[in-house]
Amino acid sequence: MSSRRPTFRHPDLPENDLGYTRRDYEGAVSTLCAGCGHDSISNAIIQACYELSLEPHRVVKLSGIGCSSKTPAYFLGKSHGFNSVHGRMPSVATGANLANKDLLYIGVSGDGDTASIGMGQFVHIVRRNLNMTYIVMNNGCYGLTKGQDSATTDRGSASRKGHPSPFEAIDLCQLAIQMGSGFVARGFSGDKAQLVPMLKAAITHKGFALVDVISPCVTFNNTVTSTKSYQWVRDHREATATVDFIPPRQEITTQYEPGTTQSVTLHDSSVIQLYKSGDSLDITNRRSALDGLERHREKGHLLTGILHMNEDLKDTHAILETTDTPLNALTEKELCPGDQVLAQIVEAYR
Amino acid sequence: MNPTDITNPEYFHRVIDCQFACPAHTPVPEYIRLIAEKKYTDAYMINWESNVFPGILGRVCDRPCEPACRRGRVEKNAVAICRLKRVCADNKGNITQRLPDIPKKKNGKKIALIGGGPASLTVARDLLPLGYAIDLYDDQSAAGGFIRSQVPSFRLPKTVLDEEVNLILDLGVKTYFNTYISSMKSFLDKAYDAVFIGTGAPRGRDLDLPGRQAGNAFIHIGIEWLAGVQYGHQKKTGKTTLVIGGGNTAMDCCRTARRLGGENVTVIIRGPREKMKASPWEIEDAVRENIPILEYLSPTAFVVKEDRLTGMTFQLAPGSPASDQEPVFIPCDEVLLAVGQQNAFPWIEKDIGLIFDDQGRPRVDEITFQSSIKKVFFGGDAAFGPKNVITAVAHGHEAAISMDLFCRGEDLSKRPLPFTTLAGQKMGLHDWMYHSDVSDEHRQAVPMVSTVKSIKDRLMEVELGFDRKIGHTEALRCINCDMQTVFTVQDCIECDACVDVCPTTCINFIENKEEEDLRSSLSVPATNRSQFLYVSDLLPTGRVMVKDENVCLHCGLCAERCPTAAWDIQKYTYKPAKAGQK
Repeated sequence: MSSRRPTFRHPDLPENDLGYTRRDYEGAVSTLCAGCGHDSISNAIIQACYELSLEPHRVVKLSGIGCSSKTPAYFLGKSHGFNSVHGRMPSVATGANLANKDLLYIGVSGDGDTASIGMGQFVHIVRRNLNMTYIVMNNGCYGLTKGQDSATTDRGSASRKGHPSPFEAIDLCQLAIQMGSGFVARGFSGDKAQLVPMLKAAITHKGFALVDVISPCVTFNNTVTSTKSYQWVRDHREATATVDFIPPRQEITTQYEPGTTQSVTLHDSSVIQLYKSGDSLDITNRRSALDGLERHREKGHLLTGILHMNEDLKDTHAILETTDTPLNALTEKELCPGDQVLAQIVEAYR
Repeated sequence: MNPTDITNPEYFHRVIDCQFACPAHTPVPEYIRLIAEKKYTDAYMINWESNVFPGILGRVCDRPCEPACRRGRVEKNAVAICRLKRVCADNKGNITQRLPDIPKKKNGKKIALIGGGPASLTVARDLLPLGYAIDLYDDQSAAGGFIRSQVPSFRLPKTVLDEEVNLILDLGVKTYFNTYISSMKSFLDKAYDAVFIGTGAPRGRDLDLPGRQAGNAFIHIGIEWLAGVQYGHQKKTGKTTLVIGGGNTAMDCCRTARRLGGENVTVIIRGPREKMKASPWEIEDAVRENIPILEYLSPTAFVVKEDRLTGMTFQLAPGSPASDQEPVFIPCDEVLLAVGQQNAFPWIEKDIGLIFDDQGRPRVDEITFQSSIKKVFFGGDAAFGPKNVITAVAHGHEAAISMDLFCRGEDLSKRPLPFTTLAGQKMGLHDWMYHSDVSDEHRQAVPMVSTVKSIKDRLMEVELGFDRKIGHTEALRCINCDMQTVFTVQDCIECDACVDVCPTTCINFIENKEEEDLRSSLSVPATNRSQFLYVSDLLPTGRVMVKDENVCLHCGLCAERCPTAAWDIQKYTYKPAKAGQK
């Protein structure tokens, strides 16, 4: 019986700019079902954080309740973590972010935690544009309670021993675009080549970033009748574009035919370069993104990739015009500046 | 790359690095697991079948398995395979019931073995159960060859040697000891169906330098001197003794000299210490006994004054970091020369049809060990020059196969195939038939007698060996490389679970390419070219599974996390062909 993962790693593991190897971003061994898409997403997060050379102690991982929300235990073992109440991760994230805006916030949630019990919280965190990455591990079912249909189960899709879902599904990406999110992407747990650069872009983006990842539930929802199975997603998936994440100060070396690429520069001057095939959408245009999603939905296809980006939006702190110093770092001296300052303020209102 | 053909018996054999590196291909992980289960007798018999001398080799083997051990590539030190072998020998129960049956009715064929070393004894062990009558000739008074005459007792006690040698002789070898064959020509007239020559490489090289003759009484050829010590003729050495040479014989010489009154024993080598031929652990043992090793010195003369050796002169050898060209004088009372040994067959006439090369080595087929006289076979050091005990054993096995084929009038080139099996190990969801948990323990140190004590008695064994407890801890360090990861491409849904869980990043799902490109595009590039890539057939996404076997821990996690059992752990058994096998 090996519930323990050996402590040995490949002796030639490469190091990132901080001198850390991928191992420094690992967490505990997963207790999810073998083959769960969530594990693959956890590893994509590990890979993205490793490649971005994030300092683990500067990252906060937050989650709600569900299979997906267990995963922060399985990545970034040296970061801060908060496993909150069902559907209430956005509130906790908002509180944490308001207190200390200098940390990086990665929220992990599921389709139940986001689109059912947490829907009210979700839409508001999007419209407030809180600076965080919000990852939905979307398996279209309630895996932790034996696979009942969720709010993202497509109409007509049936899980193991289930009936075809009679209800319309919520498309979290469409919703987030409508709520004004400046970064919306959809990935697939079975394609890390696409997912890792998207996560890197999402983490680097300033403001709210949604990454909706289709993540098959191997135990309850990986059937031929399900639209969230490995097979269905592979057969019906189309990508907006191939995503390259180019960190600051790195030269763009990949050459594509003119007119087929679109570049978006992020606030820290890293560049997202997209290589499009055929008549793709313009991801900087909200309407084009919504059109694209609708077009593919009508054809019965699943559109993945970066769907929408807007680097000009203000995040919560900018909207609220908070101080440059994080609120938790303000001391009594700044918060209670004394009688003289009070007198000046009062004077200003006379 | 083409998909890997795992039905080729050599593929998984190569993955078991220790077994592959062992000339006799002893199934190392199998017997180490038995030690961990305290089944010492079973572990001993696996060894005995394969390498014939577990107790002896558990002490004096050259250990080609240890540098090959995969554990040595994921952490600092390999598994102490050799010392574990000794654990099973030290703790075994009665094995008489387990020895092969020797047919009372012989098959009518007679075999002669010349020289009673490990190669000859192996031939005897393999051919006796097939009904051959075997005569063994040796000029010593007991069998064992160089293991008896040269390996000092503080490394290999006589009781251990006698036990394992007699085990074979008692199977029914007819021995002719103290019998020196002085003419091969007349020996061939005897009615033997086949003759095996395992006479070793008995001639120690000399140093023909000024003063060699004058100082003869104080200058000895290392291997002859060691034999003299073993047989009790040589009881003392000079207070200051120089040992010339850097091989294992030099190490045996210097350590023996320390025990015969050599207070200042110094080893002198021509090159740097890193290039010494001696096994690292033997060098370590010599250093532990306060024997300095002087590098980059080439001997130029023996200095003899008034019929006594007073010392030797040396000059700096090329490559030395020092630039001083002045000859160095090192005083001494006695010199032991351990500068190599050679084959010598003064008893084989040149006109009987045996072909020898310029270096005096017989022309021997590398696979069949047959010489230019069809019924004469060579093995051990006698065949291809000085190697080691385990190589001699491996030669013995192959020669026995050839001699059996020869006596039955069959084609020697049609060798029997190895016996292999691949057996599933699954017991439950997270349960395997082997201990898959990888131990974090470091290589265990072997208990030893203190130097002060052991220097006083040349018969006292220095290494005490692992006790059962340390042996158990060390046995669990083995990562079970015979537990193969077997991939079934049709069952894979490409969920990446194996990629994610693999602790040593062995598994990749990528586009297929030529081997060179593939090796460099893995998530951790596969730079160890001695290790295979396991490549699957095409998957539905157009990619292939590529596993770099290099640092796989055989922990089974890929199979445990696989939702469709596309990965499975199966035990690979590889038994080299044996004489008499159909």
